[in-house]
Amino acid sequence: MKKLLLLVLFISVATVTYAGGYRVSVQGQRAMAMGHTGVAVVNSAELVFFNPAGLVFLENKLNVSVGASGIFTDVIYQNEDLGISSETDSSVGTPINLYASYQVNEWMSVGLGVYTPYGSEVTWPTDWPGSHLVNNIELAAIYVQPVVSFKLSDHFSIGGGPIYVTGSVNFNRNLNRTLADFEGNRSNVTIDDSGVSNWGWSVGAMFNPTENFRIGFNYRSEIILEAEGGDATFTNIPNSPAVPFANGSTTFDAELPLPAELTVGLSYQFEKWLFAFDYNRQFWDVYESLDIDFGNTPTGPDSVNPRNYKNSSVYRFGLQYEATEKITLRAGYYRDESPVQEGFFAPETPRNDSDGFSGGLSFAITPKLAIDASFFYLRFEEVDASYDFYQENGQGVPFSGTYKSSAFAPGLGLTYKM
Amino acid sequence: MIKKNIKYLAILALGLVACEPEFDNPIDESGVFTSGEADFSNFLALGNSLTAGFADGALYITGQENSFPNILSQQFALAGGGEFTQPLMADNAGGALLGGTQILENRFVLAFDAQGNPGPARYTGAAPTTEISTNLGSSFNNLGVPGAKSFHLAAPGYGNVAGVATGQANPYYARFASSASSTVIGDAVAQNPTFFSLWIGNNDILSYATSGGVGVDHNETGNLDPTTYGGNDITNSNVFASVYNDLLGALTANGAKGVVLNLPDVSSLPFFTTVPNNALVLDAATAGSLTGFFQAVAGIVTAQIAGTGVPLAQAQAVAAQYAITFNAGPNRFLIKTDVSATNPLGFRQMTEEELLVLTIDSAALAQGYGSVVLTPEVLQVLGILQAGGMPTAEQGALVIAAINAINDQDALDSGELTAISNARTSFNTTIAGLATANGLAFYDVATDLAQAANGGIPFDGGIITSDFVTGGGFSLDGVHPTPRAHALVTNGIIDAIQDTYDANLPRVNPGDYGTVTLSNDVN
Repeated sequence: MKKLLLLVLFISVATVTYAGGYRVSVQGQRAMAMGHTGVAVVNSAELVFFNPAGLVFLENKLNVSVGASGIFTDVIYQNEDLGISSETDSSVGTPINLYASYQVNEWMSVGLGVYTPYGSEVTWPTDWPGSHLVNNIELAAIYVQPVVSFKLSDHFSIGGGPIYVTGSVNFNRNLNRTLADFEGNRSNVTIDDSGVSNWGWSVGAMFNPTENFRIGFNYRSEIILEAEGGDATFTNIPNSPAVPFANGSTTFDAELPLPAELTVGLSYQFEKWLFAFDYNRQFWDVYESLDIDFGNTPTGPDSVNPRNYKNSSVYRFGLQYEATEKITLRAGYYRDESPVQEGFFAPETPRNDSDGFSGGLSFAITPKLAIDASFFYLRFEEVDASYDFYQENGQGVPFSGTYKSSAFAPGLGLTYKM
Repeated sequence: MIKKNIKYLAILALGLVACEPEFDNPIDESGVFTSGEADFSNFLALGNSLTAGFADGALYITGQENSFPNILSQQFALAGGGEFTQPLMADNAGGALLGGTQILENRFVLAFDAQGNPGPARYTGAAPTTEISTNLGSSFNNLGVPGAKSFHLAAPGYGNVAGVATGQANPYYARFASSASSTVIGDAVAQNPTFFSLWIGNNDILSYATSGGVGVDHNETGNLDPTTYGGNDITNSNVFASVYNDLLGALTANGAKGVVLNLPDVSSLPFFTTVPNNALVLDAATAGSLTGFFQAVAGIVTAQIAGTGVPLAQAQAVAAQYAITFNAGPNRFLIKTDVSATNPLGFRQMTEEELLVLTIDSAALAQGYGSVVLTPEVLQVLGILQAGGMPTAEQGALVIAAINAINDQDALDSGELTAISNARTSFNTTIAGLATANGLAFYDVATDLAQAANGGIPFDGGIITSDFVTGGGFSLDGVHPTPRAHALVTNGIIDAIQDTYDANLPRVNPGDYGTVTLSNDVN
């Protein structure tokens, strides 16, 4: 058993996970340990996120799962032609998840979830070579979702519920490659807004052809966060009527889409083993452009930043083994395709295709309470990429170079059932 | 159980370390960029304002930080280069004080007037704080001295602060001269450079040019003693060759390698190309009356010469040069020349290639400087002439006095341009020859600057040209380069070093470097 545990840890560490764009797929410790599969896994209250239809098949009356991960992300950049290199501040993101479900009667369960499926935190050194695109960015979105789950037969259930989202953004970049004040300090702008909210929904279905075999489906709607009247602060602007901005604060309007996601998957239980497969389709094509309109200038967007994301897929594989009565081991792998198209590789979300490796375990302290541990390592290939849609004097000025990223995230959680 | 956990924690910690991303070929590792046969560990830059990072009519911190030697040193740092220090000024205002009294003006910034028209103006947002008499010590990598001519680098006492007030010494060198009698080249050699850049000789021509050629051309006088030269003179070519040879001899004595740069054409600088020589734009009526005026001048001069007993035909032949025809549209200005028997009034119309300086009083040009100041009294005399009358000698003198040709210090005439061109050709032959003889890298910056003046040099954000203010190549004094042009020069030097020394260095992107500074802090 010890050897197996070590082996699982070793495999995960030796190879090491995340998701395309600013999607952060860490919505449950148990699922995470299994490559973030779960649309067809009936295991815990994590189903509120993965597939609310499955909640009604949980054995216990009350199920609670809470957890948090620390995501350590590093991105390095270099351009060999220009001899320049840079590295992001190792940022730590902390996605959290709180789930609870309650079986009202044999055919109906209700649940509540709080989770953070979107976010990004990237901090480049101030005035680094790509500072006209981004110095630093911090995005966060908190989803709050009540769900209800109905068992239509022992073979089939449905579920779903509305989602309330509240988001925040803080983004700083230099106005262009060269503008500076009299002392040579680079002119920059910070946009900041929080409490940007909107509504969405999700629905799921689960089909159990046999006792050991489940098929799941889940769809979460797109939600557009519309920041209106946020704070835009301009700094180090030269004192000149030739510059359309002045030092100080104004307002800004911008929109950021949180794309829809479709998941289908299956799970199969064989004695102490459970195998799971999930396929995610993320509808990133909604993210066409990040347009920012500042309040102190005539109407119309002042900053147009084409993104032109494409829809992308993630393939997830998970495995679970009940080693002892108290210990359950998990491992997983996934292939995460980037939504970023060639020529649109912006350093605020420097994501290319990646391989995720995850592992973890649950330790049952009592029959009711278990500790869940997970971690993942996301491995990115080194990529030569560029962002070609920044313009100066109507001329496209590509920002190119070689990027390499990695992300590592240990997480801990508790599962309580009664 | 705890012991087991520690084991797992240790593996986790290992995992964290292993997660740090790393490139297959990280550029900051040795072997990617190389110095070849050169050794960049102690790089010294010698020269004048161009090496110092002087721009916008002043030396100031951000200009120094964007000087080509400082940019170059950052590329060298990837191939064994060491720290690069500069005698930084105290501020970005650019002026300087001597004993508390301001002796150097603040820099120019690009200001916009109430009508939204841009133009260079002296920055007034802060008083200068650099005190010339504060000596910073002599150990700097950038030894560029604004204003220095070739022979100044070897002139003892050029940095003697006591001589600054009387013009015997250079205020910029006084800030870091090792002693009252030290030389720039001596201070350089004392630092034992392994690699150097030398870009000197520009001021041996430039000060003559920017002064409108009021100085003396010592290729004409044959004067070989530079200690007797005036500030606006052209250095004798033999003096230049001898000094340049000595400078390179001193710098290479310990085996140091280096790069030398030749001298660009000063007449293509925006300082000389911004004010056109045909900016006298006239409507048809004014052109007609000016033509009439100069016919009258020719008539008056004919009468004056004939009055001295010269045959009429001969008098008419001399005076005919003043019957200048003006046309609707642009006309070239008049400039002063030497008064002689063949040109008794001492003026003529400019020829196509002759140039005006940037500092010419453009308000005066609009008021008749370069043509005629037509007062009512003058018009009255013209009326008499048109009516077929004969003006008195006094009235004739009034007409002649109305001619307001451009002074020598505001223009470069063809003779002056020839003197400049001849000197530059000779100096550049010397530089290229000595570079080859000493096995040094040679950068033909003159060709690149000629391209900037003639079509422009493309970069990833547009084209760099020599157009004043808008071209991106020249700062607001019309003579010195912008940071972006310093980046171009850096790339040219890198190419030359790679060719000569088999080094491998990364180039810089000129688009990452700025041009002129915007500020309306100009009172």
